[in-house]
Amino acid sequence: MSDTAVNLTEERSVDRDAMTVSDEEAIVIRDMNKWYGEFHVLRDINLTVFRGERIVVCGPSGSGKSTLIRCINRLEEHQAGDIIVDGTELNSDLKNLDKVRAEVGMCFQHFNLFPHLTIMENCTLAPIWVRKTPKKEAEETAMHFLEKVKIPEQAHKYPGQLSGGQQQRVAIARSLCMRPRIMLFDEPTSALDPEMIKEVLDTMIDLAQEGMTMICVTHEMGFARQVANRVIFMDAGQIVEQNEPEEFFQNPKSDRTKLFLSQILGH
Amino acid sequence: MAADSVAFVATKEIPPSPPPANSVGPVKWLRENLFSGPVNSILSVICVGFIVWMLASIIPWFLDSSWTPEEMSLKGCRAEASGACFAVIVERFWQFIFGFYPSDQYWRPTLAFVLLLVSIWPVLFSSAPRKLLMLTAVYPVLAFWLIWGGTIWGPIAVVAGVVVGAMIFMKGEDVFNSLIGDAFGPIVKIVVSVLAVVLWMMLLVVPIDSALSSVLDIGLEPVESAKLGGFMLSLIIGVTGIAASLPIGVALALGRQSKLFVVKTISVGFIEFIRGVPLITLLFVAHVLLNYFLPPGTEFDIILRVCIMVTLFASAYMAEVIRGGIAALPKGQYEAADAMGLTYWQAQRLIILPQALKISIPNIVSTFIGLFKDTTLVIVIGLLDPLGLAGTTRANAEWNGIFTELYLFIAVFFFIFCFGMSRYSMYLERKLATDHR
Repeated sequence: MSDTAVNLTEERSVDRDAMTVSDEEAIVIRDMNKWYGEFHVLRDINLTVFRGERIVVCGPSGSGKSTLIRCINRLEEHQAGDIIVDGTELNSDLKNLDKVRAEVGMCFQHFNLFPHLTIMENCTLAPIWVRKTPKKEAEETAMHFLEKVKIPEQAHKYPGQLSGGQQQRVAIARSLCMRPRIMLFDEPTSALDPEMIKEVLDTMIDLAQEGMTMICVTHEMGFARQVANRVIFMDAGQIVEQNEPEEFFQNPKSDRTKLFLSQILGH
Repeated sequence: MAADSVAFVATKEIPPSPPPANSVGPVKWLRENLFSGPVNSILSVICVGFIVWMLASIIPWFLDSSWTPEEMSLKGCRAEASGACFAVIVERFWQFIFGFYPSDQYWRPTLAFVLLLVSIWPVLFSSAPRKLLMLTAVYPVLAFWLIWGGTIWGPIAVVAGVVVGAMIFMKGEDVFNSLIGDAFGPIVKIVVSVLAVVLWMMLLVVPIDSALSSVLDIGLEPVESAKLGGFMLSLIIGVTGIAASLPIGVALALGRQSKLFVVKTISVGFIEFIRGVPLITLLFVAHVLLNYFLPPGTEFDIILRVCIMVTLFASAYMAEVIRGGIAALPKGQYEAADAMGLTYWQAQRLIILPQALKISIPNIVSTFIGLFKDTTLVIVIGLLDPLGLAGTTRANAEWNGIFTELYLFIAVFFFIFCFGMSRYSMYLERKLATDHR
């Protein structure tokens, strides 16, 4: 954590007006339902995400928020309804699936870096094998994104030699190397020590300011307030409330939202 | 000069001096390792006493040994010395190495062994020249030809069959994907290429061999399987089993995890059946029963049959060992690979298997070592492996009654190879350790 570039104390000012949202649809979810066996995890989900939107999904544990974003790149299969990502419908056709997965980057709670490969190899693997990018070009791209997440000097180390925050930033860089049009974040900071959360959130804010379409499952309400243009609250497998962050935090409408917010903001 | 007041300034530099004698060198080692407490000290004394007593009886046995007595027999040994009778090993040495292989042809298996070392070098050590892998690829056929002899056309026909299979495998991707679709294309491609190789071997090799041999008869003097024996036989079976069981084991382990019902059922059925049966039973099947199932008149070499059975047996164990390695990987590794858009085969090859195999190295090598020692079981179907030769030697009137020397010799041979494998696995583990735990 020798990163001087990441300032841990200073609150960042984020220019929200610079982050424009277009009216082009990036993700459309219509009447989507999912069951785990008999258990109805996701119920009648309807959600349209426009290009450039930053959406934060929150809710109590077990409410189906991770499952929802995992459905968007089909790490989980939905059983009813439609999910259309970047104009491609997700169904059992593998060709469509590979196309979508190459366009949608994902960061996980536990980073899921490949421990047997160096940071550089982690970042160039998918571009080389999925996009068929020449190795040299892939390495240049990887270096570019590693510089962006401020850890170019770690390129030839292995994931096990990095701190949690650094690993998560590598994971973000690894996703960016595929030049995705949409990024999904599944609780990217929940496994991190407090002082490392900021460095990861800063990276995500940079990304948002560049106009990346993002869906983040997170409990970082400060991040939601600063960056998100929509906050979605889920409970028991359904979307209970969604609103702009100001309204969402000031005037929550539903009782369940109020209860949830009082629990996570109350101390 | 001590710093006993609050204000203190050093007045001179203290020169370095050697540490006390009991905290360095052998004295320290002895104190820490052998005499760290009363119980430890007593145990140390008892153990040292035991070792001295053992050596006191073994060393004279070695020193007062007989290597080349006037009469090459146990009686001759006993007349000359009271200790070990290594004359039996001197007399039977080449038999223990090569069995009853014709002695004027010893250069052939020797050359095969040297080539074996050269061709596994690039597999074991990444510092070796990569071009040697070409030799590794043709080595199985080359070694077969060197050891068994015969015309050169049979082996060449076999190589040609493998090349045809490889061509289908490498060039056929688009054809199969367009015919069957992406989901099953790769699997069908593998099945078709394997089938092509098998059919080629069964239907084309013999005609090609006899046709070309009648035109141009180049070859080595044929040696029949019954003449093969000794350590050479152990190595043939062991190396074949080790080299073939790893890829088959990987395939079975992946098959067992497959979502495709048929693939999964076949893999599970194979693994459970083979593991549930003693190796000796399988060897008897190879020896006797296989003839009933094969078309009448099929000549199927007994050593080849044994190699196949030993390989299948080891593969079943290997599959479970590798499955353990695959199961040890966190689910996140699959998810990350999926999320990046890697296909199933890419994910297996680049992400899952390298890690799973690394985790499994100690168990894989244990299986190899077990397999190598199990090659001695072929004695039950009458093949003359070193133990079989020890039996025939002892049945001989001249050497009747000798056993320690023979079995010691065999034990040393097996120990050298097994210890070598064990050390190599430790080297490999250290080399591949990248997780920095």
